[in-house]
Amino acid sequence: MKADPKGVLTGAHFIDGDHACCEGAIAAGCRFVAGYPITPSTEVVERIAERFPLIGGIFIQMEDEIASSIAIQGAVWGGKKAMTVTSGPGFSLMMEHIGYAAMTETPCVFVDVQRAGPSTGLPTQPAQGDMMQARWGSHGDYSIIALSPNSPQECFDLTIKAFNLAERYRVPVMFMMDECVGHMTERVIIPPADQINVFERDFYKGPKEEFLPYHTNGKLIPPMVKAGDGYNIHVTGLTHDERGYPNITVATQEKLIPRLINKIKMNADTIADYREDQVEGADIVVVTYGITSRTAIPAIEQARKEGLKVGHLRLIVVWPFPEKLIREIASEASAFVVPELNQGQIVYEVERCAAGKVPVELVPHVGGTVHNPKDIYNAIMKMKG
Amino acid sequence: MPEELYEIETDVPSNTVEEFLRMDRMPHIWCPGCGIGTTVNCFAHALETSDLNLEKVAVVSGIGCTGRVAGYVNLDSFHTTHGRAIPFATGLKLANPELKVVVYSGDGDLTAIGGNHFIHACRRNLDMTVILINNFIYGMTGGQVAPTTPMTATASTTPYGNFEQPFNLPYLAESCGAVYVARWTAFHVRHISKAIKEAMAKKGFSFIEILAPCPTLYSRRNKLGDGLDQMVYYQENSEIKHGADTKTVGIDFQSKIIVGKFVDVERPTYLDAMNDYYQKRLGDKYIPYKG
Repeated sequence: MKADPKGVLTGAHFIDGDHACCEGAIAAGCRFVAGYPITPSTEVVERIAERFPLIGGIFIQMEDEIASSIAIQGAVWGGKKAMTVTSGPGFSLMMEHIGYAAMTETPCVFVDVQRAGPSTGLPTQPAQGDMMQARWGSHGDYSIIALSPNSPQECFDLTIKAFNLAERYRVPVMFMMDECVGHMTERVIIPPADQINVFERDFYKGPKEEFLPYHTNGKLIPPMVKAGDGYNIHVTGLTHDERGYPNITVATQEKLIPRLINKIKMNADTIADYREDQVEGADIVVVTYGITSRTAIPAIEQARKEGLKVGHLRLIVVWPFPEKLIREIASEASAFVVPELNQGQIVYEVERCAAGKVPVELVPHVGGTVHNPKDIYNAIMKMKG
Repeated sequence: MPEELYEIETDVPSNTVEEFLRMDRMPHIWCPGCGIGTTVNCFAHALETSDLNLEKVAVVSGIGCTGRVAGYVNLDSFHTTHGRAIPFATGLKLANPELKVVVYSGDGDLTAIGGNHFIHACRRNLDMTVILINNFIYGMTGGQVAPTTPMTATASTTPYGNFEQPFNLPYLAESCGAVYVARWTAFHVRHISKAIKEAMAKKGFSFIEILAPCPTLYSRRNKLGDGLDQMVYYQENSEIKHGADTKTVGIDFQSKIIVGKFVDVERPTYLDAMNDYYQKRLGDKYIPYKG
């Protein structure tokens, strides 16, 4: 499917990442947004509030982030594509509903414009401290997808991708921006609507009397229906069977939970998205995501000038983590350097996949600003051996 | 005892409410003497005698004993998270305004953990019906004190009795902007059905509080007998006072209970207000929201 041209502002724009995220959501077909003000994410919903009345969407500023994160799921079951937008403290409040979305297989997008924490922390300044929370923040076992843009252009492009992934896999997708990307203003090209691919929800088309809401027909993802179509669906956060009925048994749990995880795990190669720059044949590979991918570039270039073989692997999809890729690189390269605007989160994933074969050097940062490229350069030099 | 007493008469016509229930999920989980099932029966009767297109009726529940209602009604039904039935229903209704959305949940769910959502849904006049079953305690978790527990009543977390003043829910709903407010008890089955029908026909935020016995955890702990004894209490102590000032309808321990329809007023719903306002403000640029 192609994007609905009604909402698409085709052309060149000079806008920040927050505004670009809003335009990406509109292009993706999102017509329901619930949110609560929080810096540095508010500009996303401010623009949504201005744009939606002109294109037939509906924005509601809810009473808190908890309400926002469940209102979008009501809207999805009402037939809309929906997202909510927040930052650190609000993201913490949404955790229970990420689990609800995972359990009920409600496709929706959670945008987290990360700021430095913990708690209120540095509200107006960047960090990447919510990366593990995005993956593991709700209780119990489940899986999600998380994307990490590094520019306003990617805030547009990848928001569309976030919706497409959410719909394809019936999963909550975390859109992990940060204050720097959110407030950075750059050129953003919005293509014509007929060049934007949009994944439409897979609605059930078989006979009504045979419909079972969580019957996957041997696949991993069941088709959906929406309220009001006469299917008398039941949706619950309790462990449920194919009818959607609560069934509090180990047998049902054993059938449901592995599928919720496998639908992402088994499709990890298809979901994977990353950019490699001279990774093949590199001695040292710098693994980055989000804004850190840009602060790493001067450091990498400087090291290359000095004759080092430095590769740059930028993760666009951070979750599911590209385990296979890191394992492969670990058997070729001699070291990893992982700069993060936190005290070490994704570095643990790199270490896990490197499995002791090669050293992994974290370049931590408390957040509040971006890395000084010098620190990343120093880490590269330290690893040259 | 003669054996024939246990014989099942197969030619007994099925209960007319069955088509509104998921009979494949029976028996339900509620205790003997619990009032929740009685109210569901009333809800089913309200549906039976209404001319609503049932394909367009959705029930949303939170968590708890009453939260299980969504799982038993043969409609589109959503069993959400604790306290969040109203914001889920908000999204559902706004996404598809054709739906008649009924929130069916308990006192703890809707007014303690969900209290913030309750007051804002009243304020916004969202077009939904909220049926709140008030059994004075948290049932599912074992009878803890709730924001509705009468003063001096014993609960598992107030072993010496409750000293906190409870909510007067009709007053809360009215003062926050609900356009229809009624209270009944599980004894008033016909009144409940009628009130549910009225509330569902009403545009805007309609609210029905139904007092229901919890013999297992409230009555037993407070030495009030079984479910039947609570029904006798409701019968003997309820006073029907339509239009009563909601300020005056608070409930004390085993006190008189004022029941009736207290509020029935008109006010634009959230969506009507939004469409009217934007149309005036934005003119032709505005694309009226139809879902």
